[in-house]
Amino acid sequence: MKINFKSALIILFFVVLVYPRESFAQGLSSNELLKNTKQYDGKLITYSGEVIGDVMLRKASKASAPNAWVNINDGENALGVWMDASFAKIINYAGSYKTRGDHLEVTGIFHRACLEHGGDLDIHAQAVRKLTNGSMVQEAANSGKINLSFVLLGVLLMIWILSLFRKK
Amino acid sequence: MILKPRLEDLKIIGFYLGKIILGLALTMLVPILTGVISKEINPAMDFIIAFQISILLGLLLLKICHTDKDLNWMQGMIVVSLSWIIAMVLSAVPLYLSGHYGSFLDACFETMSGLTTTGLTLVQDLDHLSYTHNLWRHLGPFIGGQGIAVILLSLFVKGTSGALRMYVGEGRDEKLLPNVIHTARFIWLISIVYLVIGTIALGIVGISIGLKPANAFFHGACIFMAGFDTAGFAPQSQNILYYHSLIFEIVTIIIMIIGSLNFNFHYQLWAGNRKETVKNIESRTFFISIMLTFFIVAIGLNQLGVYPQAIALFRKGFFQLISAHTTTGYMTVYSQQFIAEWGSLALVGLICAMALGGCICSTAGGIKMLRVGIVCKAFKEDLKRIIMPEKAVVIEKFHHIKEIFMEDKQVRSVLIITLAYIILYVLGALVGMFYGYPFLESLFESTSAAANVGLSCGITNIAMPAALKVTYIIQMWAGRLEFMSVFTILGFLVAAIKGR
Repeated sequence: MKINFKSALIILFFVVLVYPRESFAQGLSSNELLKNTKQYDGKLITYSGEVIGDVMLRKASKASAPNAWVNINDGENALGVWMDASFAKIINYAGSYKTRGDHLEVTGIFHRACLEHGGDLDIHAQAVRKLTNGSMVQEAANSGKINLSFVLLGVLLMIWILSLFRKK
Repeated sequence: MILKPRLEDLKIIGFYLGKIILGLALTMLVPILTGVISKEINPAMDFIIAFQISILLGLLLLKICHTDKDLNWMQGMIVVSLSWIIAMVLSAVPLYLSGHYGSFLDACFETMSGLTTTGLTLVQDLDHLSYTHNLWRHLGPFIGGQGIAVILLSLFVKGTSGALRMYVGEGRDEKLLPNVIHTARFIWLISIVYLVIGTIALGIVGISIGLKPANAFFHGACIFMAGFDTAGFAPQSQNILYYHSLIFEIVTIIIMIIGSLNFNFHYQLWAGNRKETVKNIESRTFFISIMLTFFIVAIGLNQLGVYPQAIALFRKGFFQLISAHTTTGYMTVYSQQFIAEWGSLALVGLICAMALGGCICSTAGGIKMLRVGIVCKAFKEDLKRIIMPEKAVVIEKFHHIKEIFMEDKQVRSVLIITLAYIILYVLGALVGMFYGYPFLESLFESTSAAANVGLSCGITNIAMPAALKVTYIIQMWAGRLEFMSVFTILGFLVAAIKGR
């Protein structure tokens, strides 16, 4: 029992020392993070949203493995997430006009002014989970717009014909 | 006695407006082509509709108001002034049809912001906007930056004195070449050459930081157009922060500075006169002003310990300062951070930089460096007059393309425009405060709109009052046209009501 208690204390000590003092595992919105940057700076947070734009792979340096920048939009703002390139492999769709991007849940350290990235506000991912798959957006031609275009074309032709008569 | 405008005046104004509208319609062929190539059906339809409406309106004005007469000064100024309003409305049609704007007013706000090279935005869900609409957002600054009337001059006008009146009406009082039409064409030549170089440079950087090649060059073209024309629009909602790249930021800084320089500098450089950039009062004032305002921003950021490292402070602070001073409005911080983190002193530094602006005869806004330089020189001259004996003759001169002796008349006109800008900044801030926003935030946003900058501390959003949106639209318009055309149209309206 005594040994177990000691090892529990050691584990607790490391947990307190190594990990950030607070974590916000319940998931935070980008607005909440941006309004309270100082409060969440350096803390473990959970953030989720749609992958947008390009997944930007960055080459490995001597000190680190290959990484990627993934921008995730939660519907209010998009935040940059710096993640191991292996995490980014789960991404199949990134949001654009023709696609709805995958929804990811990222758990990582929030940086108000990241030392590694020239003062950028970012999240360094420690774990990434896909919540929903993205998809291609099927675009159907809007019949209202087509009709309006034909009406305008008709009016233009009418003016042209009238101007021909006027010239004569 | 005020004379009521005659029917003839209205016909001439209408005829030239028709020409400008047709010119604008032609520019819509670019997004239509983009929509067809990228297979974006509905966006292409939005532009076909806007194209048809523009052609219809343009042709009607040409037919109804047909005249062979040339423009006089008053008519020229009014044509310019109205052409910006009409361009705002017609350009807003495809954006509104995209469904990414809360109202037609929001779409008008966006297009006026683009055409005047401001960069404040009310777009919703920008990250899902089509290539077609996104290109149009960035093409707006490229058209407006060079000047809507300049397009007309280079396309339709063949050497009339009315051309000069429209050129001056768009806030340009310097000709690079003796003929104003050649000047307009040269401005286009410079802009297109830089567009090609800038797009290639940004495209290569984009690929190197992980963008897909097609996206890299699309983003390159967009960022160049909005950067060179000091507008500050970007294809993604995070603006320049989206790229997470120091190299991208450096290239953008270079583009912003090039865009905010006088077209005369570019002409002198093309002509091989490199000494001009060192000797000119504008470039000297610009350099000193950047240093001073950056000093204020750096002290402000350092006092509050906003950035833990000097490098980060320099990277963020200098980028935002250059973005503010060149009146571009690109951001590498979130607008919420300005208020929550940057503190009053750094914000005051940015407000000063925005208010002063870039160079005259460029795409930049604000009071402008030539005027600031002349005001400083006039101040120095007056100080000398006080210090020196009464009989002493004090003469100040400055170098701007040539040696110029300062005259009271010139100083007076410079001070009037400077005062007009300051009043415009303050009036916008008062309207902001009327709607309950704090003083510093209101002044920041108002200066950003009136100086055609585009940096935002968060006031500009879809939920802001409609009257404030209209206020900012008027500020962007008046600031871009440097008041003369705006004063003329006000005078025209008074004459129409009270004249005999």
